[in-house]
Amino acid sequence: MKNEHTLQVNAIENGTVIDHIPAQQLFKVIKILGLDKIENQITFGTNLSSDKLGKKAIIKITGKQFEETETNKIALIAPNAKLNIINDYIVTEKRVVKVPAQVVGLAKCVNPKCITNNEEITTKFTVFQTNGSISLKCHYCEKITDQDHLKIIVD
Amino acid sequence: MKNRSLVSITDYSKQEILYLLDLARKFENNPVSNLLSGRVIASLFFEPSTRTRLSFESAVQRMGGGIIGFSDSNSSSVTKGETLRDTIRTVTNYSDLIVMRHPLEGSAKFASEVSTVPVVNAGDGANQHPTQTMLDLYSIYKTQGTLDGLEIALVGDLKYGRTVHSLLMAMAMFDTRFHFISHPKLQMPDEYKIYLKEKNIHFTESAEFNKKVDSADIIYMTRVQRERFSDPIEYEKTKDTYVLRSNMLQSTKPSMRILHPLPRVNEIHIEVDNDPRAYYFEQALNGVFARQAIIATILGVDHLVK
Repeated sequence: MKNEHTLQVNAIENGTVIDHIPAQQLFKVIKILGLDKIENQITFGTNLSSDKLGKKAIIKITGKQFEETETNKIALIAPNAKLNIINDYIVTEKRVVKVPAQVVGLAKCVNPKCITNNEEITTKFTVFQTNGSISLKCHYCEKITDQDHLKIIVD
Repeated sequence: MKNRSLVSITDYSKQEILYLLDLARKFENNPVSNLLSGRVIASLFFEPSTRTRLSFESAVQRMGGGIIGFSDSNSSSVTKGETLRDTIRTVTNYSDLIVMRHPLEGSAKFASEVSTVPVVNAGDGANQHPTQTMLDLYSIYKTQGTLDGLEIALVGDLKYGRTVHSLLMAMAMFDTRFHFISHPKLQMPDEYKIYLKEKNIHFTESAEFNKKVDSADIIYMTRVQRERFSDPIEYEKTKDTYVLRSNMLQSTKPSMRILHPLPRVNEIHIEVDNDPRAYYFEQALNGVFARQAIIATILGVDHLVK
């Protein structure tokens, strides 16, 4: 099974491979990391079979490495994502994503009566992890947005 | 506390709450002063709330302060489409402190971040109303002589009632035992029950009035609102289940007091009004002293209070 993936998406010489993204979150991950706005060569595969996720996606970005604070942002929607940093076709670093303690300007508050949904305000949340699922407490209205209602703001 | 905004009752520590209660008592003994002479307080009510607004304005005027502002958003530039951000920035130029009531949740926190003068939250939607909590605490403190180790029954709409949530958070600092009495659909939300469990605070939960109220020091009644029910028949049934009547008070403690944030509809029968344990009208008066204490402290004149 593993070989299949490398056949479907070509290996890269230098850059970053992001694996184990839930297939339905692929385009959001692309938006969050701003991959739609950079010049680098990018290949991605989606709906690849995965034992853990059912269907997963993988992204390979040539010639780019990411700061941890940047990639941790995707932990909200792809908590199992794994990053491989590639140098000269060899994996030189493996990284998992960590859920940040605070999320700023990335998620939408679930409460329609929250001031952030009625005026242009950068959202801010404290992140809680209970029983493996993530929930966000709004800095303004104090309401909890759980994982099922999590909406990522992408412009 | 000087120059600090008050958004939520949890902005204050136990010591700070006790300090303010002591100050409220001083204001009760000596309500009229010139402590705020030359100071201007902006009272911004984006939705009408006559009781809260009058209580704040009375508190300010008794300390000799001036009031500017509006009592509902129809008479402000909000109708012209101005954002809250811009309204607050503008009013900041004209005042030393902003008292704000707004229908949207989180608006007070946001205003406190935009404003260069302290903001006192007079209610932000269903979220927080800390000065109501402070007057509730003062009422409890005054009638029971302490806040420590009391037994409190919360009755009515425990799901949406912000006053009971804030009161619970505050009283949880004082080793309180709680009884929750509500329709199953209007139960205390899990987040608060988890909070109490984590702090090892005792509580019971029931769907009807029972003997639990006999040992209570405070019965805190709330209004069940029609709009909380999608089925009007269920509302009619519910609203009559949680009505406090004189005969239910027979074996309660003589020192017990009945509180209600008002306005009431029918949840306390008028026959109870004559019971010495009925305290809800005096409770409203305490709001002025509690608000005097908060405003004086934020504006840094609390050391001058006699």
